[in-house]
Amino acid sequence: MTTTHEEPPVTATTPVPGERAGEPVIEMRDISITFGSVRALDRVSLRLLPGEVHALMGENGAGKSTLIKALTGVYSIDSGTIVVAGEEHAFATPAAAQAAGISTVYQEVNLVPNLTVAENMLLGREPRRLGGINVRGMNRRARETLDRLGLDIDPSSTLGDHPIAVQQLVAIARAVDVEARVLILDEPTSSLDADEVAKLFEVMRRLREDGVAIVFVSHFLDQIYEIADRMTILRNGRLVEERMVADTTQLELVQLMIGRELEVLDRLDHEHTRTSTDGPPVLKAIGLSRKGSLEATDLSLYDGEVVGVAGLLGSGRTELARLLFGADTADHGSLEIRSSRRRLRSPRHAIDRKIAFSSEDRKAEGVIGDLTVADNMMLALQASRGWLRPIPQAVRNRLVGEYIEALDIRPADPQALMRNLSGGNQQKVLLARWLITEPEVLILDEPTRGIDIGAKAQIQAKVAELARRGMSVVFISAELEEVLRLSDRVVVMRDRRKIAERPNDDVSVSDILEIIAGHGGTPSARTEEESSRD
Amino acid sequence: MSAVTAPSSSVWDQVRSYSPPARFLPVIVTFALFLGMFGAGGLRYDGFTDPQVFLSLLLDNSFLIVLAVGMTFVILAGGIDLSVGSVVALSTMIAAKTLALGWSPYLSIVTVLVVATLLGTLMGLLIHYFEIQPFIATLAGLFLARGLTYLISVESIPITDQTFSELAFRTITLPGGYYTTWTVVIAVATVAVAAYVLARTRFGRTVYAVGGNEASALLMGLRVAVVKVGVYAISGFCAGLGGLLFALYTLSGYSLHAVGMELDAIAAVVIGGTLLTGGRGYVLGSLVGVLVLGTIQTFISFDGGLSSWWTRIAIGVLLLVFVVVQRVMTRRQP
Repeated sequence: MTTTHEEPPVTATTPVPGERAGEPVIEMRDISITFGSVRALDRVSLRLLPGEVHALMGENGAGKSTLIKALTGVYSIDSGTIVVAGEEHAFATPAAAQAAGISTVYQEVNLVPNLTVAENMLLGREPRRLGGINVRGMNRRARETLDRLGLDIDPSSTLGDHPIAVQQLVAIARAVDVEARVLILDEPTSSLDADEVAKLFEVMRRLREDGVAIVFVSHFLDQIYEIADRMTILRNGRLVEERMVADTTQLELVQLMIGRELEVLDRLDHEHTRTSTDGPPVLKAIGLSRKGSLEATDLSLYDGEVVGVAGLLGSGRTELARLLFGADTADHGSLEIRSSRRRLRSPRHAIDRKIAFSSEDRKAEGVIGDLTVADNMMLALQASRGWLRPIPQAVRNRLVGEYIEALDIRPADPQALMRNLSGGNQQKVLLARWLITEPEVLILDEPTRGIDIGAKAQIQAKVAELARRGMSVVFISAELEEVLRLSDRVVVMRDRRKIAERPNDDVSVSDILEIIAGHGGTPSARTEEESSRD
Repeated sequence: MSAVTAPSSSVWDQVRSYSPPARFLPVIVTFALFLGMFGAGGLRYDGFTDPQVFLSLLLDNSFLIVLAVGMTFVILAGGIDLSVGSVVALSTMIAAKTLALGWSPYLSIVTVLVVATLLGTLMGLLIHYFEIQPFIATLAGLFLARGLTYLISVESIPITDQTFSELAFRTITLPGGYYTTWTVVIAVATVAVAAYVLARTRFGRTVYAVGGNEASALLMGLRVAVVKVGVYAISGFCAGLGGLLFALYTLSGYSLHAVGMELDAIAAVVIGGTLLTGGRGYVLGSLVGVLVLGTIQTFISFDGGLSSWWTRIAIGVLLLVFVVVQRVMTRRQP
């Protein structure tokens, strides 16, 4: 994969347009932050120039989010200085940072679902008339901004009525509407589909031309190479290096980020071999459907196999998982577990039948931030035992210790509060939560979304190992490489139904893309990139 | 009789043919319930639908309307204020005592409002900066305010001040020979101002934002602290104002006034369609909620044969029904 950037001019010592403008808009020097006993940032520096897209790179837990929150006034810094346009600042609140022209779009949509789209975009700076909010003016202004971004969203509709991807775009529209000098995009693309990503990049390029400094965090390396000019790489809360994107190969970058060779990922490649479908299926769905979420779908899952579910956002992949787990109830069709017919009325039934489900929305449906890592891990097992039969302390300590080690959860402290962990480590804890219940069927919905390569490889390796030991896994992911690397069989979904099922012997990413594209519609920007990577 | 009930059924038809945004549904349901109850009362009892009955409903509940307005702010922002009943008692007591000491009635009114607002602000500060549960902080406020009332006087103190009596008894004659009082005007004006603030000011919209998702509101750069403390200050102010109206209604200050009135206010807000989890609801709904509660009481007094405890039972049942209806409705939303 080559970058989409032109080679920097030979004579130019400063290839970034912004650097000609000289002064950094923001300079963070030697920032340190400590949470309890966890040193989240250790003397990290960051320089942002006007008119650049600056990628902030690092594994989960490297300190990217913490650094961003330090800049935007969410966390107060223990030591170090923040210089904005030549003046030293410390932002006590997000409002103060916004007033200084720093706006942020977070990975999880941080808007209010009960207000309208226009209010979410303009709250805090809405046009006023005679002392009151001018609702018509506000809707008009929101409409203008949305039009500029090419988004067809009704400004007066309630935000919560829209899907997450649209809400994310509204969050970006909110950030764009401010006269921002610095725009921070913290994994804005993780819930967007390819068209939406292309749209976002368009907006980013325009803002860059206007001289805005953009901080961009993404786990999609291709996106970084497509849009970013410079990058700062962090590892374990420390600064590794600041580099030009054009001068760094992807391999170098990954090595800088994880600080070790990629042997885990290599070892995993094409480890899947078995495609045995002997014996009765563990789990069999016959014509499973639910109005408005999934059309009649058949699926069989056999012992010790990984079935990968590929499909774009909204293809019905999550809906399928929820039906298999009983989180939603099916209108038609039936489920057979070990050849006997079952109705799963609730997740509880599914858990009793040794089916586990890890949701794609870990923030809302998984993590309990105020409990410790140990508590979070033991939750599912304790729930399935019933609350009157406590798990002996010794068993608990042993299990927690085992899984912290097996999944390399950091910090390796059972008493650490869940909310202080990075996304990747939270995901590992959630995986451990279900593995502790020793399920026969494990349904993983986007278990690696928004987490770094190191943690991703560890989770993938664990899934492969579990399947080898006889567990059946349904693995759902937007990343086709990942699906193909792990699965024995691939199910392709589109438009809320299954459109193909292939044994994963010789299937390539482009094959799957063709299957998806072959059913009408065009492959979009990101999927094209992915096929070119092959 | 049937001619009188006709308007309510035609309004109901309109409600049915027009499909309103889902967020207005709870208020509309409450309003329909109110009209239905009034219509039923009209069928059953002579004179029930006389407009003066409706005006008396406002008059007898003016203080509760003002309390419910303050409570709406707090609940919309995701909190709860248990102290308002006690603050009403404290307000009547401060007014009665200061007037008995010969203070100017205006100074007395200002004192009541300032003390009540300060109490609310204090609770708001505790809730926001020390992250104390609103339930606990305002429960402490409930005891504190009630205790202060006893401290001032255990006995009931009558209010004999000229200005107060005039305000209490002077009526405003309306066309058609009906009349109302200044207390009603004050209560309705409070509702109007609150409705405007909630719908059309930055503060008001931020109240909804904080109730919808406080963490997001903070990250959006909204003034969460101002709003969280502000709603309790407003609720305190409303409790003070409600206390003054109650003092006008009873012309006395007494430490056993308004025991449990905070619960009536909460019930009215919930019946008015405001979600207890915050972020959804309208102050107009709370007004109708109070009217529904008042209508139940009017029913009982018209009937004469029913024990007054039926009021409580009816309120309890209504409250349950409304919470369940809200639950079902919010679950339907995507």
